[in-house]
Amino acid sequence: MEREKEMESQKETNSKLNFSDLSRFTVVILILVALLAWGLVLNVNIGSVSIPGKEIFGMIWNAVRYGIKNLFSGGKYLQELNNTINATTESQIIFGIRMPRMLLAAVLGGALAVSGFLLQTFFRNPIAGPFVLGISSGAKMVVGFTLIFLTRYIGHVGAGTLIIAAFGGSLIITSIVLLFSQRVKNMSMLLVIGIMVGYICSAATDFLITFANDHDILNLTSWSMGTFSGASWGNVKTALLLCIPGLIAAWLLSKPMGAYALGEGYAQSMGINIKPFRVILILLSSLLSSCVTALAGPISFVGIAVPHITRTLLKNAKPALVIPSSFICGAVFCVFCDLIARTVFAPTELAIGTVTSIFGAPIVIYIMVKRRKSQEE
Amino acid sequence: MDAYFKTEDMAVGYNGKILIHDINIEIEKGKILTLIGPNGAGKSTILKSITRQIPMIHGAVYIDHFEISKWSLKDMAKSMAVVLTERIRPELMSCAEVVAMGRYPYTNMIGKLTEKDKKIVLESLERVHALELASQDFLTLSDGQKQRVLLARAICQEPEVIVLDEPTAYLDVRHKIELLDILREMAKEKKITVIMSLHEIDLATKISDYLICVKGDQIAAFGPPEEVLKKDTIEKLYEIKKGSYNLYFGSVELTKPEGEPQIFVVAGGGYGIPCYRALQKRQIPFATGILYENDIDCQVAKDLSEHVITAPAFEPMKEDRFDAAAALLLQCKTVIDAGTPMGEFNQLNSKLLQLAKERNIPVLTDLSSIADGDGRK
Repeated sequence: MEREKEMESQKETNSKLNFSDLSRFTVVILILVALLAWGLVLNVNIGSVSIPGKEIFGMIWNAVRYGIKNLFSGGKYLQELNNTINATTESQIIFGIRMPRMLLAAVLGGALAVSGFLLQTFFRNPIAGPFVLGISSGAKMVVGFTLIFLTRYIGHVGAGTLIIAAFGGSLIITSIVLLFSQRVKNMSMLLVIGIMVGYICSAATDFLITFANDHDILNLTSWSMGTFSGASWGNVKTALLLCIPGLIAAWLLSKPMGAYALGEGYAQSMGINIKPFRVILILLSSLLSSCVTALAGPISFVGIAVPHITRTLLKNAKPALVIPSSFICGAVFCVFCDLIARTVFAPTELAIGTVTSIFGAPIVIYIMVKRRKSQEE
Repeated sequence: MDAYFKTEDMAVGYNGKILIHDINIEIEKGKILTLIGPNGAGKSTILKSITRQIPMIHGAVYIDHFEISKWSLKDMAKSMAVVLTERIRPELMSCAEVVAMGRYPYTNMIGKLTEKDKKIVLESLERVHALELASQDFLTLSDGQKQRVLLARAICQEPEVIVLDEPTAYLDVRHKIELLDILREMAKEKKITVIMSLHEIDLATKISDYLICVKGDQIAAFGPPEEVLKKDTIEKLYEIKKGSYNLYFGSVELTKPEGEPQIFVVAGGGYGIPCYRALQKRQIPFATGILYENDIDCQVAKDLSEHVITAPAFEPMKEDRFDAAAALLLQCKTVIDAGTPMGEFNQLNSKLLQLAKERNIPVLTDLSSIADGDGRK
């Protein structure tokens, strides 16, 4: 009896407060996962060599089966696994090219979305993102620099080196933008500054390219446009190793992020140590976005568009929900954009940034107009 | 006195530069302390130092004999909550969610609300009469509603002390009264100590148990309102040179017109006040009488005119008052009958009107025919 009464009062509290329950979140996540699965299948399926779906599933099924068996038996099935992978040209295309490419697109797309969300939290502005603030361009500049000069001495520059270079570039540009942000309180001004800084970095990169040897530029030009085409299993592994811990770390920060949305003053009064919190936000965001820049080049607007789409879908801005949803949504977004980039004008491939801009930029314009309206009211 | 909240030789300022020093305050639990003083006097600086938003330069703040700078931010959040002037724009957050942020110091790693937390959110909303707003988007609220919700958030933090920086700033009269009533209730029932800054001196004197006048580099006065506020405290504190501030009514009178009186107003019992103000608006210097010293007309008349003929209260008016008034009246071109009923105790006033008629000085009953004067100097 007592217990029933308590339950009743709990129900009443909940209905009065109308706290968003998790059902919407669950539905959104399920839909996104389904879309991602569909996108992955399409990606494997469609291409210059079209492979029947049935064959693909058969091959993947075998590969997964042997892979798992191999894992538990301590390497006994390695031969079978390799056999499956190398059996035909088709299987080589699938396992050697298309699978790593789409997985890389998925992981990096998710990372980019979360990186954008972290920046938006930091600046308390939905239009902040690694690309518009010039951070991606900064990373690109340092990576370009590294590629041109290090290849001369080392020959092959690994993904790790590139990521470190991109990370350094991101941090340099972020600190410049932050320096300006203390002076201009106006968010649109900050954006303009970010875009200008981005242009300066691009100019510097172009300058480098102009005076570099043709041989050095070769791998730079396609990369500097942004593409997933060079994806290898090694890249996927590196991306997963950095992005998954980054994602988890970001999610663990979702509680202070929620409070930070009320402003620094309130956040501090609730017990958040602002300075280290801000530093961690920036470091995490830079880590994620530089991972993307290093492995796939600069990709525009995903960082702004995807978190916005996610918030709209969830009708909620709780970081604990938005971060995982953004990750999956970013994966979906990039997998489909890459599919378009790869197939629409085949055999010519579009740069991934071209496709993401077409879909992403209108969303940014929409947010800006909507915000201006609500400020005028 | 058992001081619950105490500051000891507190010095505050920015970047190590002292703005105000030697702040020594002691108040008991459940009292309301209000800071008043001109714009830029440093009220916010003092409040921000108390809440540790900016570092204190010298001295210490104690709550219940504990020095608060030794607490962790989280511990401090459990005993002190704030309502700030900074306007917040949390996206896609319902009021209930904003209020629930107040549970921050009490919830777990990911900020999950327990049933107890939810109950406290509900109670806090009820306390500020905002339960019906619970599921509304915070950004759609009016200023008055926002302020109440933010107060609910502070209450939800279950603090011992609430610090509010100009909580009435954007509110209309009704919402000001509502907000201050809630604070009074909280102080009385929950024994919450309230520290705030207010612009409205009249409200400050009515709500506060203690007042602090902040001016220059020191506290000008500290104590209960009736001790702090003397006749010209406010004029001095705010450096009002023209115009005046009436302490009892909290009303402001604008600068009095200067020059020889042109109009004599026969008034009393509050009938004169609209007349006086109308004449001030037209910048016409006037004389008035005969007013008992306890008449409310007398309060305003003295702020607006140099020529006020008064009579001691609680006794019939003496003839010499009449003579003084008659002398002034005869200098004037016009007489205004404010419409005060004539009775046994102010018959000298009706004698004044009679005198005017005898001497052919026009007696008006309204001001519509009077043109603007040139008393502005």
